[in-house]
Amino acid sequence: MLQNYSQPFEFTNLTKWIDTALNANLPAFWALVIELLLVGIALLAIYALTAMILIYVERKITAFFQARIGPNRVGKYGIFQTVADVLKILLKEIIHINRVDKFLFFAAPFFMIVASVLTFGAIPFGQSLHAVDFNIGAFYVTAVSSLGIIGVLLAGWSSNNKYSMIGAMRSGAQFVSYELSAGFALMTMVVLTGTMQFSEMIETQRYCWNIFNGHISSLVAFSIYLISGHAETNRGPFDLPEAESELTAGYHTEYSGLQFGFYYLAEYLNMFIIAGIAATVFLGGWMPLQVNGWDAFNQLMWYIPSYLWFTGKVFLLIFFSLWVRWSFPRLRIDQLLNLEWKYLLPINLVNILVMVLLVLAGWTLNDLF
Amino acid sequence: MRSIKDYFKGLFLGIKSLLFGLSVTWKELWTKKVTAQYPENRETLVISDRFRAELVMPHDENNEHACTACGICEMNCPNGTIKVISRMTETEDGKKKKELDRYVYDLGMCTFCNLCVITCPSDAIKFTNNFENAVFNRSKLVQQLNKEGSKLRAKAPKAAPAASKPEVV
Repeated sequence: MLQNYSQPFEFTNLTKWIDTALNANLPAFWALVIELLLVGIALLAIYALTAMILIYVERKITAFFQARIGPNRVGKYGIFQTVADVLKILLKEIIHINRVDKFLFFAAPFFMIVASVLTFGAIPFGQSLHAVDFNIGAFYVTAVSSLGIIGVLLAGWSSNNKYSMIGAMRSGAQFVSYELSAGFALMTMVVLTGTMQFSEMIETQRYCWNIFNGHISSLVAFSIYLISGHAETNRGPFDLPEAESELTAGYHTEYSGLQFGFYYLAEYLNMFIIAGIAATVFLGGWMPLQVNGWDAFNQLMWYIPSYLWFTGKVFLLIFFSLWVRWSFPRLRIDQLLNLEWKYLLPINLVNILVMVLLVLAGWTLNDLF
Repeated sequence: MRSIKDYFKGLFLGIKSLLFGLSVTWKELWTKKVTAQYPENRETLVISDRFRAELVMPHDENNEHACTACGICEMNCPNGTIKVISRMTETEDGKKKKELDRYVYDLGMCTFCNLCVITCPSDAIKFTNNFENAVFNRSKLVQQLNKEGSKLRAKAPKAAPAASKPEVV
């Protein structure tokens, strides 16, 4: 994993310097331990920071869609609003509910947050900024991100509350259904790129993003991935596990203080993770925009650091997610399941076949030109 | 066969309708924001004339008001917000006459129903738009509406509004 820090660009200088400094002064084992700790701390810090930025961005964009201004009192343009919110939620009392299943109730938020942190580590944030780069990256992400649903179901079950239970069950049905679509959409791209490793996926997209490379099939897979990503994160028009008019707050009704904060954090980070995976798999990840042969142009694009490319692409997708969220009304549970099982899944199965044909027949853009 | 046709028709119509919805919200994103930034926009703030914020008793330049201390407003007030305290005086020709001593209005009890203003036979009181009524102490909400040393306006100017009263009611 650590060999990722030996590539000569951007943050690489810093990470390389740390690596050599540690190895010069410490035995290899302790250098490794310290490096792992540093990576973990950096990831957690980015995790919390991203959540805060996301909450602010979401509130602002939401306000703009509703012809409002949004938070604008704490600091210039309200940029410190989320800092204040985080401080508030940290200081709030965790209310102990009578007659809940104490252990499960306490454990449920951790499942949620652990699943989201595990997935967060597998996202390539930029060149060499990639903590977990398995050769089965896409599979790992799918597997680990689906652990979160255990947290939701446990929360609903242990809360001893009908609203929580119904919310959790809805969330479970929704998650299990849409995970299928998301997995198939990723699988389509795995067929196209021929690898599951995110770093290699990005490398194959150097001159032509996957979304263009596989043209029709890629576009379909991209839309399906975004739709099912929305549904998995319980956002957008698919937020019926938390339909406040029916279920108060759904599965996290009984949670308060930091425990609620975990759910809140995980929800926003899941949105980021879905956008990050979509950007990596379909939009070329951190790879700057490059055209084969235009060396001056490519050099210019490389001046913009790769993590900014990644952030830009991710925020574009997050903006799209918010746009969708404030455009469409909430689905009913039967409509939700109809959409998945009668539309997305059959289309997806046909789509993956089409992609196989495209790749076998050599009709992808990379093959044609 | 027909059901297959319907399936695809429904699918594409659905996509079309979703895209139309997205275009509507896209336009909405760029519309002018309507949030009123309250404490900063005090100068330009527009409050409807019909808004009832605070009961006042208008006094003219001679420090005269139109209240005859008849007490109709006090009787009509559903919450006991108004206390009309009067005193008896003697005019020059020896007649006894009721005169307003203190007109006490408790803003904290008022529901702004406007019944006092509607029933006042001499248009002596009205509601204004001054809505910034927050104070630190509840006792400060109890106000005396007639100013110190004010007295009843002479009869002639008061006749006109009194005559027009019935059509308002």
